[in-house]
Amino acid sequence: MDFEGNGLLTLTVFLPLVGALLIAVLVRNDRHVRIVAGVTIVADLVLSVLVFTGYDLQKGGVQLVDRAPGWIPIDSFKVEYFLGVDGLSAPLVLLTGLLGFVAVFASWSIKERVREYFVWLLVLQTAVMGVFTALDFILFFLLWELEMAPMFFLISIWGSGRREYSAMKFLIFTFLGSAFMLVGILILFFSAGTFDMIELPSALQGAKLLAPAWLVFSLIFVAFAVKLPVWPVHTWLPDAHTDAPTAVSIMLAGVLLKMGGYGMLRVSAAMFPDVMVDAAKFLIVLGVINVIYGAIVTLRQTDMKRLVAFSSISHMGYVLVGISSVAGVAGAVSPVGLTGAAMQMFTHGTITGLMFLMVGLAYEKAHTRHIPDLGGLATRMPVIAIGFLVAGLASLGLPGTSGFVSEILIFLGTFPVWGWWTGIAAFGVVITAGYILWMLQRTMFGPQLARFSDVRDATKMEMVPIAALVIAVIAVGIYPSFISDYFTEGLTDIIGSIQDSAQLAMAP
Amino acid sequence: MTIHDLYLLSPELSVAGLATLLLLLDLIVSRKGIILGLGVVGLVIPLGFSIALWFTVGDDAAAENTGVLAGTLVVDKFALFFKFLFIGAAAVVGLMSVDYLQRIERFRTEFFALVLYSATGMMLMAATVELITLYISLELSSLPLVALAAFLRDGRSSEGGMKFLVLGGISSAILLYGMVFVFGFTGTTYLDLIAERIGDLTAGSDQPLGSYALVLGVGLMIAGFGFKITAVPFQMWAPDVYEGAPTPVTAFLSVASKAAGFAIILRVFYVAFPVETLSIEWSAVFAAVAALSMTVGNLVAIAQSNIKRLLAYSTIAHGGYLMVGLAALAARTGGDDVDFGPSGVMFYMAGYAMMNLAAFAVVIAISNRINSDAIADYAGMAKRAPYLAAALAFALLSLTGIPPTVGFITKVYVFGAAVNAGLEWLVVVGVINSVISAYYYFGIIKTMYLSKPKSDEPIDSQFPIRLAVGVTIAGVLVFGVYPIVLLDLAKAAAQALFA
Repeated sequence: MDFEGNGLLTLTVFLPLVGALLIAVLVRNDRHVRIVAGVTIVADLVLSVLVFTGYDLQKGGVQLVDRAPGWIPIDSFKVEYFLGVDGLSAPLVLLTGLLGFVAVFASWSIKERVREYFVWLLVLQTAVMGVFTALDFILFFLLWELEMAPMFFLISIWGSGRREYSAMKFLIFTFLGSAFMLVGILILFFSAGTFDMIELPSALQGAKLLAPAWLVFSLIFVAFAVKLPVWPVHTWLPDAHTDAPTAVSIMLAGVLLKMGGYGMLRVSAAMFPDVMVDAAKFLIVLGVINVIYGAIVTLRQTDMKRLVAFSSISHMGYVLVGISSVAGVAGAVSPVGLTGAAMQMFTHGTITGLMFLMVGLAYEKAHTRHIPDLGGLATRMPVIAIGFLVAGLASLGLPGTSGFVSEILIFLGTFPVWGWWTGIAAFGVVITAGYILWMLQRTMFGPQLARFSDVRDATKMEMVPIAALVIAVIAVGIYPSFISDYFTEGLTDIIGSIQDSAQLAMAP
Repeated sequence: MTIHDLYLLSPELSVAGLATLLLLLDLIVSRKGIILGLGVVGLVIPLGFSIALWFTVGDDAAAENTGVLAGTLVVDKFALFFKFLFIGAAAVVGLMSVDYLQRIERFRTEFFALVLYSATGMMLMAATVELITLYISLELSSLPLVALAAFLRDGRSSEGGMKFLVLGGISSAILLYGMVFVFGFTGTTYLDLIAERIGDLTAGSDQPLGSYALVLGVGLMIAGFGFKITAVPFQMWAPDVYEGAPTPVTAFLSVASKAAGFAIILRVFYVAFPVETLSIEWSAVFAAVAALSMTVGNLVAIAQSNIKRLLAYSTIAHGGYLMVGLAALAARTGGDDVDFGPSGVMFYMAGYAMMNLAAFAVVIAISNRINSDAIADYAGMAKRAPYLAAALAFALLSLTGIPPTVGFITKVYVFGAAVNAGLEWLVVVGVINSVISAYYYFGIIKTMYLSKPKSDEPIDSQFPIRLAVGVTIAGVLVFGVYPIVLLDLAKAAAQALFA
């Protein structure tokens, strides 16, 4: 089988899998398991940084391609092994590397079935990393599906509460969404004759679809909508988050939800520009519902983890709002809104990752997540309180943090197109400020409680992931273009094809 | 009958000869384990012959190499593909039997000999191009299975055997009745001649196939074959027989017997009633049956608490997925990929054989030690038998269609064939069914990995069954990641149908 490329991406994607196999087959001792997992994930983080920095922004387009055309070389069903990154996926690869690293180190204190746990966590890392780099549609779908089994096990074995129910709910929702996506992918292939995701947008132009375009669009969009998640198919998310172990919540909120947003941009917007523009009016409405409904429900949560979970729904709503700016005024799509949506994915990944990490740590030390029972923890655990404060302020969009950058871009990009709808969505920021400050005030500040007099602060090991994420949140807040330039470059082609199809539509 | 004919028939002859040899050895050898081992190893001979024939037959199916016994049998890559499958399935079933037969005191050799005789019938079925030969080989494959189904001689096993005999008899009669109509209207029992006559008949008639009676005949034949492949509504016998029969027999029934049914359907419908002469929508008939089989199989499987019964219903559902490939008769784009549908069926069949045999092998290994087929008794298996539990979980993932397994890629391919044939709605039904199946397959996984074990006693297993699990699981993984080897075989075999 021919192989083209330098193998950097292949290594980045499959190194965690190799680590997982190593642990499954060779390593017996729990301590050694942690060391192997730690070394693997640090190496993977380094590789993802190399991918990010190795991408040449001046040149643009798809780079670092690893390609083996001989995977299934049958003319009527040609599937390739095809990995590559462009401006859209490079930052997400970095995000996955970072959060995978955080997740492994946040799992250091797992005591039960340690070997299995790290095996699944590393397999999950491979799956997500693969989704962001796969450029053959069947390979993309394969890796998309690969993520389900590890998540099922991670939630159902190491979770808490109604974990079996939550795991099954996650599985059924995700599987149903992706099942429809398969139908859509197959229809696209037999319409355009290729699974190549870079070629497909142009191959589809002028090709006769085997089914109405809106139908194919919907079949594929459902998978992304479940993943993002879009109201009303969001109900798996709070359950899964609440019952999942901390590290899994970090992965789930940090990168798995982004698979949905990534798919909407890479597939829905790029391959169905005209349907996407038509659908934008629904997207803005759904986005606003996500933002406001999510925020209102968040307001009345008393469990810290559930609160962060619902806030994710609200924040992923902004991604949808940003994407809805594809229906630009008079066919002129400004890249600002879409860049904002992509930025929101990156920043939400770091912010919510940090948030879940802090919730997990606070729970571990104080043994409760019930907000009314907590109070005055800041004096006992200053590091955790600072981490919490950074995450909270970034989450409500304080300037100087990454949250501000992405939200302001989304509002700027969407306001010219959707006017008052954007205004309503922006009101979500106010509610966010309400629940975040309220939660921080109740749990971290206020009078010191006697029952928490002997809780401890984060250990040195736990400070590693905290520091990594705090730096990411503030760095992107101060110098956003270091990420956003990538997204702007990656979205150029997509915006181009939307404008082309808009001009075609307006031409007499 | 020349030496060359003997060579062309060598796989069948050597399997039947092996079975007879085992029976003779049984009279003089006292350690029965050796005989069984010899039987499994002996399958290398028919396998070797089949491989040699695969290369002899070559790409152009020259007449002197193919027709045997007055042209009633052909040796082409299509037949050989299924021969590989039957020999492989028989070997794995033999490995499973070593462990299982310890609970039976007598007739251990006869057990495996019957499996081999049945396999002989199936190998002939895949090769037949004439209706009477077809019927005889079908009976040859079924009758040993009836005896095998009733082998345990307890209530359930006897009931299963009886049901299989009676319902199988009825379905054979229906099949025969259908063949009579076809013979009556075409005046021949050779499949290729039937196609010619139908061509003549349709030319001068506005009725489908030239006559409604002929349509009836073909319909009856479909019903007869439907029994073999457990297509709804001809699936009633399957759950009881599968539950009652000795588990290796259940495995053999669910894989080899089903494969033989699909082989004969493909042969009959591509040779005798090919797409060009069809004036009625077979595709729609198969599509409807496929949708029904998937849905009924999966929905009923949810409620099962016995793992053999659950796998029986899952088998019915997988029969449905396979029929999706059958329904993809007419490729929309035409041209080069006419073999998309049949190669999909064969590709799926091979993958399904591996994953289902893997699942059954684990079930035998576990059930033999805990003396129960109840899913509830699989609680905590991940602790008691970590490797077996992992293997079963992997096989179940494959049956669900989750990567990186052969079940994923075969399902994608078959669904691709259906979309290519314009059956998008059927694929939607198929994928929804996959989701339903995830619920009960993951239910078993959940029981093994999450529930508290009923005892901490570890479960040991013997080498033969471990080998069976290992080989099938390796196949599921390897062909799941690198499927082209298997797919190339399936495509070469499918193209033989159009030679």
